Amino acid sequence: MFGFLKRLFGFADNKQTGSTQTGSSSTSEPKLSLSPSDSEKRGDQIHAEYVIVGAGPAAVCAAETLRKNDAEGTILMLAAEDAPPYSRMAIPYVLTGLISEEGTYLRGDDDSLGKKAISVHHAKAIALDPNSKSLSFEGGGGCSYNKLLIATGASPIKPPVEGLDLPGVHHCWTLADARAIADKAGEGAEIILMGAGFIGCIILEALVSRGAKLTVVEAEDTMVPRMMNTVAGNMIKLWCQNKGITINTSTRVTGVSQGTGQLDVAMDNGTSKSVDLVVVATGVKPNIAFLDGVGIDMDEGILVNDMLETSISDVFAAGDCAQGPDFATNGNSVHAIQPTATDHGHFAALNMVGNKASYQGSLNMNVLDTVGLISTSFGQWQGVEGGENVELIDVDNFRYTYLTFDGDCLVGALTLGRSNNVGVMRGLIQSRIKLGGWKDKLLEDPNRLAEAYIACRQ
Amino acid sequence: MQNSLHINPDSCTGCHQCVLACSDRHGDDFSPIKSRIQIFRFEDEGRYVPYTCTQCEEAWCQKACPTNAISVDGNGALIVSDAQCVGCKVCTIACPFGTINYNADTGKVIKCDLCGGAPACVEACPTDAITFVNSSTTGFDKMRKWAAKTDAGSQPSA
Ligand SMILES: Cc1cc2nc3c(=O)[nH]c(=O)nc-3n(C[C@H](O)[C@H](O)[C@H](O)COP(=O)(O)OP(=O)(O)OC[C@H]3O[C@@H](n4cnc5c(N)ncnc54)[C@H](O)[C@@H]3O)c2cc1C
Repeated sequence: MFGFLKRLFGFADNKQTGSTQTGSSSTSEPKLSLSPSDSEKRGDQIHAEYVIVGAGPAAVCAAETLRKNDAEGTILMLAAEDAPPYSRMAIPYVLTGLISEEGTYLRGDDDSLGKKAISVHHAKAIALDPNSKSLSFEGGGGCSYNKLLIATGASPIKPPVEGLDLPGVHHCWTLADARAIADKAGEGAEIILMGAGFIGCIILEALVSRGAKLTVVEAEDTMVPRMMNTVAGNMIKLWCQNKGITINTSTRVTGVSQGTGQLDVAMDNGTSKSVDLVVVATGVKPNIAFLDGVGIDMDEGILVNDMLETSISDVFAAGDCAQGPDFATNGNSVHAIQPTATDHGHFAALNMVGNKASYQGSLNMNVLDTVGLISTSFGQWQGVEGGENVELIDVDNFRYTYLTFDGDCLVGALTLGRSNNVGVMRGLIQSRIKLGGWKDKLLEDPNRLAEAYIACRQ
Repeated sequence: MQNSLHINPDSCTGCHQCVLACSDRHGDDFSPIKSRIQIFRFEDEGRYVPYTCTQCEEAWCQKACPTNAISVDGNGALIVSDAQCVGCKVCTIACPFGTINYNADTGKVIKCDLCGGAPACVEACPTDAITFVNSSTTGFDKMRKWAAKTDAGSQPSA
């Protein structure tokens, strides 16, 4: 199994070839042919061996893996936003006050990437020319590459509802959004949160912790419908309602208009509400529009193979913008989660330096803490044809375990109220561990997951 | 040369001294549920298996962390910075071994930190089922060897 995990994550091929990962004193420190600021001034092209478009977790993981495996090659990261490389999934904790904005920076100490000779250039790529292997930047200038990684992430979607462009309506996606929300979401503020999906529920927790009076509006009939089944989704809903949060499922916002001092929000259940802030969390789409017309294969995201290669040679893609191999379905999916972004970044980098490494595909998985109720979801929890399922419900204590099997392998899992050893569900599923006699034991008591994992590992 | 935990389940009697010592060392008041080392009991086989983090060299928990809260200390242990951990729990689902867990009391994740180089579990074990031994091998070699000992008797495939 360890051999498998090793292949799965490609670590076997991970040679360390240089000293640059530990400091900047190396004499062979890679240099860009022009420093980014020079190039800006002169409108010249910067050249780097490796160019990464984006500065999120996929990009940073890729840059560090590149450096670990290639001590010499120049690495340039392009950051469209006005911040050092940061992790947007840490934003909710800026809103709860647990960390400052700096706490979201992926490599806290600004110089830590510099020490590895990874240059970060603040520019937005607006066009790719694969023939000249170059990118152009918004406002002029550009760069050329030997190998390119597109790691531009995703952007939130605005549903077609009147009034969502009004001031006071925000997404919760960037540090700039977080500042705007923090400004309005004080103690006692009335807020409508559109969308109770995974991201919506994380924001929900942050808004509640700020003392806001929250009304959640979700079009589907349960909470987190793409992460949980109806039973678990409704248990989460009940839990939230018990905490005084208004949850309107099977409800849509039909329009937002400017009232006096507040926003008036109309819903299709015939009611309306005056609020200080509307937060929109109704899904995201990959940032790939700048590639239209380039001839790169795209579907929902940029299509990549098991080596994270796109249809254009020397161009790779990783993270939320990439539609990569899906471990469970054998197709291609956009999983849009942090672990997939860093796994993609790691694998893309290994292949960019020429250490051929095949990625086994991403496993859709989430963990959520909804005002104190922890839920997890892994893989094909919807079940597979001809497979078996087992469900254990304890409604009073908000505990739930639901497992799905294909033959004698675990293929999916949902849990509520469980926080110990949850990772073994990934281990069991992604190592395709044959459960043998342990399958019957799990059908009898699905909570014996960790024991099953330890006993069956081979 | 760095040391790593070496677990030999055949010597484990299930006395749980390691579990108590671990939670005590980490200020968790002898609370077994918060111990970083767990003992799994396999009744049918009359077997006990001590189980904890193997400090992977390329660690899933560390890669998945959004706030850079997990780092490697001088003893080769992956340690969690409480100041940086936001309690998002992504590491707990990313680690396929399930050896990094969320502690609701502190709102942070907890894992084996090798106690700064003098593991309490090793000191507490009366039967040398847990020892702290020299290791120049890679994380995965360490893990494979360790796995061979903890796989409830079965040998891992290469
Ligand atoms: C509030 C919130 C909570 C979340 N919680 C979780 C969670 O609990 N668990 C989880 O797994 N995931 C969570 N996520 C999702 C997670 O943050 C993403 O999956 C992850 O950030 C994807 O990483 P990425 O590097 O692919 O993209 P991003 O993080 O989106 O990074 C993309 C980068 O590219 C830059 N960029 C975009 N276009 C260009 C361009 N044309 N030129 C130059 N630069 C460009 C952007 O500015 C950004 O720096 C959450 C997201 C949000 C917003």
